[in-house]
Amino acid sequence: MAADAQFPPPKVLTYPASAPPSLITQGAEGRVYKTTHLLPDRPSALKYRPPKPYRHPILDARLTKARISSEAKVLERCWREGVPVPPVYAMDPAAGWMMMEWIEGIPVRVGINEWLGERPEDGEEPAEAAEEAPLIDLMKRIGTAVGALHRTGVVHGDLTTSNMMLRQRKEDQVNGGTGAESKAKAVAGDVVIIDFGLATQSMADEDRAVDLYVLERAFASTHPRAERLFATVLESYKHTFKKAPSVLIKLEDVRLRGRKRSMLG
Amino acid sequence: MALEKVELEHVPPTYQVYAAFFRNVSNAEFLHAQLLSRNSEFEYAFIDASSVISRLHLLSAVYSAVNVLLDGALRTPNVHSEIVVTIFNTANILQIADAYRRWGITPGKTKDLVVVKVVQPPSGPQDETQTQIHAQNAIWDHLRQNVQGTPAALTDAELSQVTDWPKVRKYYRLNGVPALDRLTDEKERWKQSESLAIMGMALRGL
Repeated sequence: MAADAQFPPPKVLTYPASAPPSLITQGAEGRVYKTTHLLPDRPSALKYRPPKPYRHPILDARLTKARISSEAKVLERCWREGVPVPPVYAMDPAAGWMMMEWIEGIPVRVGINEWLGERPEDGEEPAEAAEEAPLIDLMKRIGTAVGALHRTGVVHGDLTTSNMMLRQRKEDQVNGGTGAESKAKAVAGDVVIIDFGLATQSMADEDRAVDLYVLERAFASTHPRAERLFATVLESYKHTFKKAPSVLIKLEDVRLRGRKRSMLG
Repeated sequence: MALEKVELEHVPPTYQVYAAFFRNVSNAEFLHAQLLSRNSEFEYAFIDASSVISRLHLLSAVYSAVNVLLDGALRTPNVHSEIVVTIFNTANILQIADAYRRWGITPGKTKDLVVVKVVQPPSGPQDETQTQIHAQNAIWDHLRQNVQGTPAALTDAELSQVTDWPKVRKYYRLNGVPALDRLTDEKERWKQSESLAIMGMALRGL
């Protein structure tokens, strides 16, 4: 309750629903609640950008509205183009919230770590290729999803394995099965990219390469034991759109200098 | 009774939403005239059912309008016109007349009609349950007396029989959408079109 008092939910969530909203994440800029849209059996993720007391109220209202709106616009654009993102259900930019589809599943980060978790800590024996097939397939799906995103002219701005969900497929929802099967389930599902709070529209190789670089670095620090598999992500990315190969060439430059562009020129 | 009480998430219980569906309506002219003359007994959202894709599509529009009402930010005279304007996804509220022409009731054109009624909390203290039952019966009696048509269930199965797809595709910009064009499964395409229409309404004006 103390937390509730400290972080009051948006007004829309104070109205009754079949189940109380639950706070899923709390970031610097906003919060995500799990709630419902229209009907009890239509789960939804509500993203809320609360007012910032340290900003002038007029500026704050304007920024909040612009940011929620721009995120929704990016989601619509991606969705129309067939990029796997959650569709927007409802929004109130002035009130700072947006409802979208609740993706049933786990973040890619959790899936990969669950997969890796069962491996012996020190045993450095390289895994058999066949044994690793489900994980490699996930890498390919990540590359395809990011490629689809970039093809539409959107750059995510914060690509990590936490900002990708594995949407559970119906046939995988049943629990049980052998050890190998349940392990494969950890990395099964369709990759859905989420959190477009920092997304921008850009077709530039540079911006796309930085997007990939951020993912690469995040991947290396979150899943050091799977780092060598990142090449598979890039390999499948390469075939998703015409300019992808030149983005990968640019990526090599970005690796040498880091995320920030040269301050010269 | 074919007047359904619709329960929506995040709507205070003091607001009641009722909806009904009439097929083969023969007196659209009369109903249209009541709207034009602002007859206060006809405070309904009349929606041409040919522009409705599904229940979710309709309910999304109703919810958006109620949310705007709760915010105290109506851009049109009342919550019922707000529903019609919401389902017509454009930024320009000066096009209210256009919204009515496309999505509302049109003399000579509207054959199948969805009616939505939002009852707002009474200003004075009253026995709420009694009032609700009374309201639901009274609304239904009034509709039955004034709408000449065949009551039908407000279900996806019924609605989908009358959806005018060329019109819906045009107004929700569903033509040439890669996400839809790649689908071969009819049901999946219907579901995705519904999502896109709901998204279009949510993003209206951006």
